[in-house]
Amino acid sequence: MTTATQPQAEENLAAKLPPDTLQQWLRDMLLIREFEVRTMQAYQDRKIGGFCHVYIGQEAVAVGCTAAVEHKDPIITAYRDHGHALARGMDPRYAMAEMYGKIGGCAKGKGGSMHLFDKPNNMFGGHGIVGAQCPLGTGLAFATKYEDEVMKGGTNTRVTLCFLGDGALNQGAFHEAMNLAGILDLPIIFICENNGYSMGTAISRGTTMGHNITSKAAGYGMESAIIDGMDIFTVYNGMKPLVDRCRDTSRPIFVDMRTYRYKGHSMSDPRKYRTKEEEQQYESNDVIDKLANWLMQEGHLTEDAYDKLVKEIRKEVRASMKWADNSPEPDIKELYTDVFVEEWGPFLGTSPPQIVKDAEGAGNDEDDDETREDDDD
Amino acid sequence: MPREIEFREALREAMSQCMRDDPRVFLMGEEVAEYNGAYKVSKGMLDEFGPRRVIDTPISENGFAGLGIGAAMMGLRPIIEFMSWSFSLVAADQILNNAPKMLYMSGGQFGCPIVFRGNNGAGGQLGSTHSWCVESLYANVPGVKIVLPTTPYEAKGLLRTAILDPDPVFFLESERMLGMKGDVPEEPYEVPFGKARIVREGTDCTIVSFGRPVHFCIEAAETLEKDGIDCEVLDGRSVRPLDIDAIVKSVRKTNYCVVVDQAWPFASISSEIASQVHKRCFDDLDNHVHRVNADDVPAPYAYNLEQEMLPNARKIVEAVRSATYQA
Repeated sequence: MTTATQPQAEENLAAKLPPDTLQQWLRDMLLIREFEVRTMQAYQDRKIGGFCHVYIGQEAVAVGCTAAVEHKDPIITAYRDHGHALARGMDPRYAMAEMYGKIGGCAKGKGGSMHLFDKPNNMFGGHGIVGAQCPLGTGLAFATKYEDEVMKGGTNTRVTLCFLGDGALNQGAFHEAMNLAGILDLPIIFICENNGYSMGTAISRGTTMGHNITSKAAGYGMESAIIDGMDIFTVYNGMKPLVDRCRDTSRPIFVDMRTYRYKGHSMSDPRKYRTKEEEQQYESNDVIDKLANWLMQEGHLTEDAYDKLVKEIRKEVRASMKWADNSPEPDIKELYTDVFVEEWGPFLGTSPPQIVKDAEGAGNDEDDDETREDDDD
Repeated sequence: MPREIEFREALREAMSQCMRDDPRVFLMGEEVAEYNGAYKVSKGMLDEFGPRRVIDTPISENGFAGLGIGAAMMGLRPIIEFMSWSFSLVAADQILNNAPKMLYMSGGQFGCPIVFRGNNGAGGQLGSTHSWCVESLYANVPGVKIVLPTTPYEAKGLLRTAILDPDPVFFLESERMLGMKGDVPEEPYEVPFGKARIVREGTDCTIVSFGRPVHFCIEAAETLEKDGIDCEVLDGRSVRPLDIDAIVKSVRKTNYCVVVDQAWPFASISSEIASQVHKRCFDDLDNHVHRVNADDVPAPYAYNLEQEMLPNARKIVEAVRSATYQA
């Protein structure tokens, strides 16, 4: 099937979900927004270094897409990855500490903003090279199918979500991954978070058929869809049937997820390539406001409850910053861990990060924060 | 029970035995299945394991190299065949940026137990694009293990070690050696990485090499023996990990060292070993370490030019004579 559906009024599946699910989505989107606002602040304060790409404006995509899959379904993305990690359930403390370059970070401060990994939550990274996560995504999908069908003799049960930016459309890795996914019948959904710009290059300047990128999928005989990513209802309603179909048919799907980043490509971007009017047009129709308003109209949220939620999240993110501040810098010996699995020569083998220890010891080690600080002595 | 088989059969046997033992292991690459392997290494494996475990790919190295790495992150044990390591260059981002760094940048969360294997080095008048020796280029990157087998016995044992290894391994074979025969036990066995093999004991000069040129070193040692120069030949087996201790031990005995490396000389395996030997054996050496490399030019097509470009027994003999002041 090679059909691309225009944004349309499909069945409103999201509206039929229990209100607390939608309240959770609101919470998740608010958490990402607040986390990113504070990330920008921390970057200005030089607590975060390197390259840093914030997700503000695109929250409905990560939250809506992860809501449409199950926890066991692998996800992988590029370097604008904070939103995906948080939507997948990463504790904001680990994400913030990672960017602070601290031992409490999800990768013990060795990955940074662009490389957030969360094995307990089946989040296979943040990847720094444009498009490079696409072949990896096909590998995840290959492996889930191989495990289910070849090793267990059953049928495929998992769907891989592989996020990419519109800039990745011009990378060979993307095209090779699309072709392999098609040839090998892989259960993967390539979600192109099409925010219109690869860094400062508008899609029309960098990508042929940029006005209709589902034509890329057509070239691979792949089903595709165009989804409005600026509304969590359209994201969920569009994604859920695709995820179900991908799981059932084990065939790849491509999604043109139309979205917008309110901020620059990275922290050093003055956004000279687009107009203030364009930015305001999107911001005035904000993804979070839309869901909050809907919940209020439906009687599932009051102004007071919303204010309380906003404050709660502010507190949670502030706490994550404090936690990241207090987390020690990685010991110098961390330079030599995780190069190889086993110890040899100067290499020290692996030592799991807190995020893994916590998942393994969930519920029976409540004082691990203090343990960590003691470890620094 | 040892019996004489070809190098390519030894490779196949290592893969097949691992695949019988462990369902996580699969073989993927160009022409590995229906074609029976571009060089017949995987001949018959499709019949035994079926198309779900012996998988043909399109000519798409960056794609299927990355696919293998993703599958390894999920816990499978892929063997990815490059028809030639020359073609791995188009997969450089995946094999150098992702495979060796995944464990590190995920803080130990996602390892990458994968083997990339295929032909390395000059195949015979293939010209400059198809004659790459990638070991020096790739050895610069931390996080990979790089192995060069020299005999059918070594090939089977080292490949098994590679497949069982929890880290990414680049396994560099030679098209020119696939038909070589040798005694190989039928049962599975492992040959360790990072443990050099003393191919020939000697007292007058240490010759260190990896992969195919080890055979040129043996040839040179036999010639030199007639001149009364008794060479010790070491097969390093893996360039990463490098068994520098074995090299140092030998050099302390012979006081002379020649390194034979089929890659280009600039910033190479041989320059690395020379540097390490100079550091560790400064007071033991009676001459500086001599090096034999491919000439510092692109690989030519013409037969005579290609022969002149590559390391060979004559060049090694000359280097040993020069190193031992017997030129």
